[in-house]
This record gives sequence, structure tokens and C-alpha cells, in this order.
Amino acid sequence: MTVRVGNAALAPDFPEAAKKQLANAQMRHNVRYATDVIRAKRNRVVAEMPDWEALRESARQIKAHTLRHLNTYLEQFEKACTAAGGHVHWAKDADEANTIITAIIKSHGEKEVIKIKTMTSDEIRLNPALEAEGITPFETDLADLIVQLGNDQPSHIVVPALHRNKTEIRQLFLEKMKLENLGDKPEDLTEAARRYLREKFLRVKVGIGGANFAIAETGSVCVVESEGNGRMCLTLPQVFISLVGIEKIIPKFSDLEVFLQLLPRSATGERMNPYNSIWTGVSPNDGPKEFHVVLLDNGRSEILADEKTRQTLQCIRCAACLNVCPVYRQTGGHAYGSIYSGPIGAIVTPQLQSMQHSQSLPYASSLCGACYDACPVKINIPEVLIELRGKVVAAGGAPASEKIAMKAASFALSSSQRLAAAQKLVRIAQWPLLHDGTISKLPGFLGAWSETRNMRAIPAESFREWWKHRRKDQHS
Amino acid sequence: MTSLRTEILEKIRRNLRVAPEQREQDYAAIAREYQHSGKLALESRLELFAERLRDYGAGVHRCSNQQLSSTIAQVLAARHIHRILIPPGIPALWLATPEIEFVAGGDGLTYDELDKMQGVLTACTAAIALTGTILLRHSPTEGSRALTLIPDYHLCVVFENQVLETVPEAIRHMEPFSTLPITTISGPSATSDIEMTRIKGVHGPRILDVLLTKV
Repeated sequence: MTVRVGNAALAPDFPEAAKKQLANAQMRHNVRYATDVIRAKRNRVVAEMPDWEALRESARQIKAHTLRHLNTYLEQFEKACTAAGGHVHWAKDADEANTIITAIIKSHGEKEVIKIKTMTSDEIRLNPALEAEGITPFETDLADLIVQLGNDQPSHIVVPALHRNKTEIRQLFLEKMKLENLGDKPEDLTEAARRYLREKFLRVKVGIGGANFAIAETGSVCVVESEGNGRMCLTLPQVFISLVGIEKIIPKFSDLEVFLQLLPRSATGERMNPYNSIWTGVSPNDGPKEFHVVLLDNGRSEILADEKTRQTLQCIRCAACLNVCPVYRQTGGHAYGSIYSGPIGAIVTPQLQSMQHSQSLPYASSLCGACYDACPVKINIPEVLIELRGKVVAAGGAPASEKIAMKAASFALSSSQRLAAAQKLVRIAQWPLLHDGTISKLPGFLGAWSETRNMRAIPAESFREWWKHRRKDQHS
Repeated sequence: MTSLRTEILEKIRRNLRVAPEQREQDYAAIAREYQHSGKLALESRLELFAERLRDYGAGVHRCSNQQLSSTIAQVLAARHIHRILIPPGIPALWLATPEIEFVAGGDGLTYDELDKMQGVLTACTAAIALTGTILLRHSPTEGSRALTLIPDYHLCVVFENQVLETVPEAIRHMEPFSTLPITTISGPSATSDIEMTRIKGVHGPRILDVLLTKV
């Protein structure tokens, strides 16, 4: 089985990749600006919802419930979708999904497909697999088009091209769309994309997309979008293929009343995104004549086994956790080496790969908890990060400095005499670091920790020593 | 393929260890403390709907049922549109205006023909005030999905009694139609993909006008 998460298995460790990204001042500026804008919008539209916390709690419970009964919900979805004229396929891993999708396209003798933005297709590296079979995929989401034309990698889950500014995009469009001239206002660039893609929407016979939600009760698929490229791709072609991670299931149509409130406000800071499409199988005289759903496992069923980390699969890919993360805001998405970046990427990527790769990602966090507060389905990301760090350590993969520190701590803490001796030692060693009773800069690898924190000095007397003296004083 | 399906489901079952009989009981126990229905009186609800639509950059006009056809003509004239597509079920009463040529947008039209049309006039199934959303189930008065997608302009008639306040009210209203194609529309198509600047109009209709009509 080849579980694949983009190219994450081959990516360098986070600290190494982050160092390179931090040197790119333009990228850092673009990322900080974009995340600031989305955060401000998100905070405004969340603040106007008096029942936001109740919605988050319901969403968490619906998702947790669905995951607990995922097998029966998947079977129910398959049955309902098939009854409505859809074809349901099951893919254990990336290669199987790519093979199934390629075979469907080839069975119609087609050489081109139009695509709705789907992170899952980046996860399984569908585009290179299609190209290897002589099929040209056209990304139709504006940001994905920018990433595809630039031979680039997505750097954010919702706005994958936020690391690019308009000057860079203009240059790219001029060259790849073979245009004579083009303005550099965002309006000009959007108009160029509209003209470039319209001909493809009206002509190409096969469409591919993901799913924001797959409804077990009805066998329906729901796609949430802004530009209308989604509607074009899922309405106009003769054949449509939905690539759906098995965790995208929700039990009932009525459960949309929770998620369609949380997702747009969390993702783009809108009260509602411009378009939602919900459809069930095939409809006579409306939309594609043939509809396929590829249910993708690719490591997800393994994540279900651990009750502590299972909550990872509750994610609805809104990227609110990226926008608030102090680490992501400094490094941008590429440092994570995975198409899933930010806090959610730090827990999704290593788990999908059964902790075999990306072991530095659970450390790409200061555990500040901002991601947990922002998450619309209340995934306790810090809790999962700590759990995964435990797994990395158990597998012997912790960073060297942490291993030495933890060994020393274990040695000192496992005996009261050793602890007392260590405290005495630190009391002496700390004096060059002290300023007004606090330590604001630690030496060596501990320096990173103290960059944003101050520590109180080790007091002249420990609690044990004070207790001992106190009892002596009382007795005398 | 069947063996693959069995393999995946078997693995999930093994990893979950939950009795399937518990499912319905578990589902019923999910907390739903959020706001289900609205509290606003009709006029405040309509004002909120109009405000939210304008916030997206959509045009909003109000009229009575008797004024419907003349208002349609005025709104279209202001947009310099003289020919407009209509789905097969639009009532003749809406079309009693000689200035406009109404083109039947049935199944016979190709995508290229739809692309050459300036716009489309439809009804809707429901609307949400809080989010400025129109819901279509693509009935004979709402037209097929392609009809409200390819032309660059959409004029949608919303009757006042179709405007609900909250998302849960609208989803419950749509439940009987849950297996029909459903499209929800909140303003014209838009993108913020380039430097987070919101740009109205990408691939879906770039202009949306709503006619809020007294029943």
C-alpha cells in the first residue's frame, strides 16, 4: 500500500525547510498580509453570531459521532448514491484512486479534464498521474490555476497562492496564457483567467472535484465555492468524478444547517460563500449524464484506531488554524513540506503516513492553543500534537536536543536527592542570566523557547527545603 | 472492486469497535443548542435580507405583485438588457411587458448559445435573510443549473413570504427537495485569490439583481 500525501515523504525536516522560507522576505510579507485580512474578516462575522459556541459544539459532536460509526455511514452513502444513478468506487490508497480516475476518463476516450479545487487530489498527486497517461488536467480555481501555471506548490488550504503577489501573477499569465498585454490590477488578472477558462468549461467533457460534505442519508455531495468554477465543472461536462476522503461523510441533509454556518465564516470570513451546490446521483436533463464517487482511504482508517488522535479527521479544511498560527504566519505553507500546512497539516500529514515520515511536523508549533480556539469543529490540535510527539519519541525520532534534555530531566526528577542537587546547581548557574529576578534569554537551543517568554528565577530555597526548615522552626 | 470495499470497511470496523445498533440513539443525543428559528418581524427580516444582498454587491429592488412585469422591464432597461432567457415555468403575468424579448431557455439550447445570451430571469424556492442567500432547486420556474450559470446576468424574483431568517430554517425548508440538484447563491460570483482583494464576478454571473416582491 502506498499512502501518499503530496511529496511530503520526500520533504526535508521542518526546521531546515523553515529556515529557507524565513529568508524570503517577500513571501513572509505576502503571508502575513493575507492572513491578517482573513483573520479580521473572520473575527467580524464570527462576533455577530450569538450562538457560535453552540454551533461549534454541535459540529464537533456530529463529526465525532460520524467517525464513530463511519463504516455504516459509508455503506449508507454508497447505497443511496448508487440508487440515484451514481457509481461508487473504493480506493485504499493514492495509486488505486489515480488508477480508477484515469480508467474512467479513458473509457470515454477523453484527453482533457477540468478540475474544481480539491486538496485531496493534490494529496494523491492526481495531476502528475493523469499527465503520465496523456491526460491534461486544467485547474479552474483562480489560485489553483496560478499554482499550476507556475509549476508551484499550494501554500494555504483555502487560498493556495497567497504567497504570490499581483506582479508575479501578471508575469506568469502573460507568459503562460500567451497574452500580448495585461494590466496588473487584480480585476485585470481575474478577467484574463475568466477568458482563458470559459472556452474549457463549455467544451471539456469530464470534470473532477472533491467534496466538502458527502451526505449518508441521501447519497448527495456538497461543494462549497466562490468563483462559480465549481458550478461550471460539476454542471456542464458529460461525466463528473468526485474524489472524496472517507472522513467527509455527514449523517443527514439537515446537518448542513450547522456546517454551512461554520465553514464560510471560518474559511473566508463571509456570512455565506457565493455558491453551494448539492446534488444526488444523476438528474434527467440537468448536469452530467454519468457520475462517479471515489471514496478514498489513503491512511484515514488507521487514524480512526486511536481515540485520542481520531479527532484529526473532524477537519472541514477551513484553514482558520493556519491564519492564527504564529508559526505558519512566519514560515508560510511550503516549510511544512506537505500540501496540508499549518497546525492541521502538522497533525494530518504524519498520521496519514502512519508516523513514518514528517516526524518533525508535530514540533512545528509553540502549543499556544490559538488553533484550538479558532477551529470550528473544536479539534484540540495542541492535545493531538503532544500525543504525536509522544509517538515520535517512542519511535526514537525526537530532535536530538530534546532527547538530551528529556534524558537529563528524567535523571534529575526520578530521585529527590538528585533533584535537590540539580536545583542547587541551577541556583548557582543562573546568576549570569538574571535581570531583576527574571530570566529572559536562555543559552543554546533553549534560546528559542525564551524568545517569547520570561522565566522567574529559581528561588533561593525550594519548597522541600522551606518545609524542612519550617518544621525545624516549629519544633524548636 | 468488491474485495477492496470489504477490505476498507473491515479495517474501519476493526479500528472502531462500535455496535452499529447504537447509531440512531447516538445521533439523537447530539447537542443542538444553536439558534434554529429567527425572531425578526417580516419587515425587519426583509430589510436585513436586502442589506446583506447589497453587502455582496447585488442589486435589490422592491415591488408589489401587480408591478412585477413593469419592474422587471425597468430593472432590465437599467442594465441595458433587451433579450433575456426564461425557464419554461415562468408565469405569463411576469412577462406582460412589450419592451423585453423573452427567450425560452429549454433543453434545446447548446452551451454556446447560452453563452451568447445576456442574462436569465428566474424564481427561487427560498431565501435566507441573515446570510443574503437565494436557494434554487431548479424547478420549472428556476430553470436547469446551466441556465442560471452560463449567462453573465441573473435577475431573481423572490417573494416576501419566501424569505426565512436563519440557515437552519432554510435547510429544513429544503429537506423535501434534498435529492434534487440544489444551488445556493449569495451575491455575484467572487474571488479574493489575488492579494485578498475581493473581486466581483469570475465565472458565475457577474451581476445579480433581486426583485423582492410583495405577494
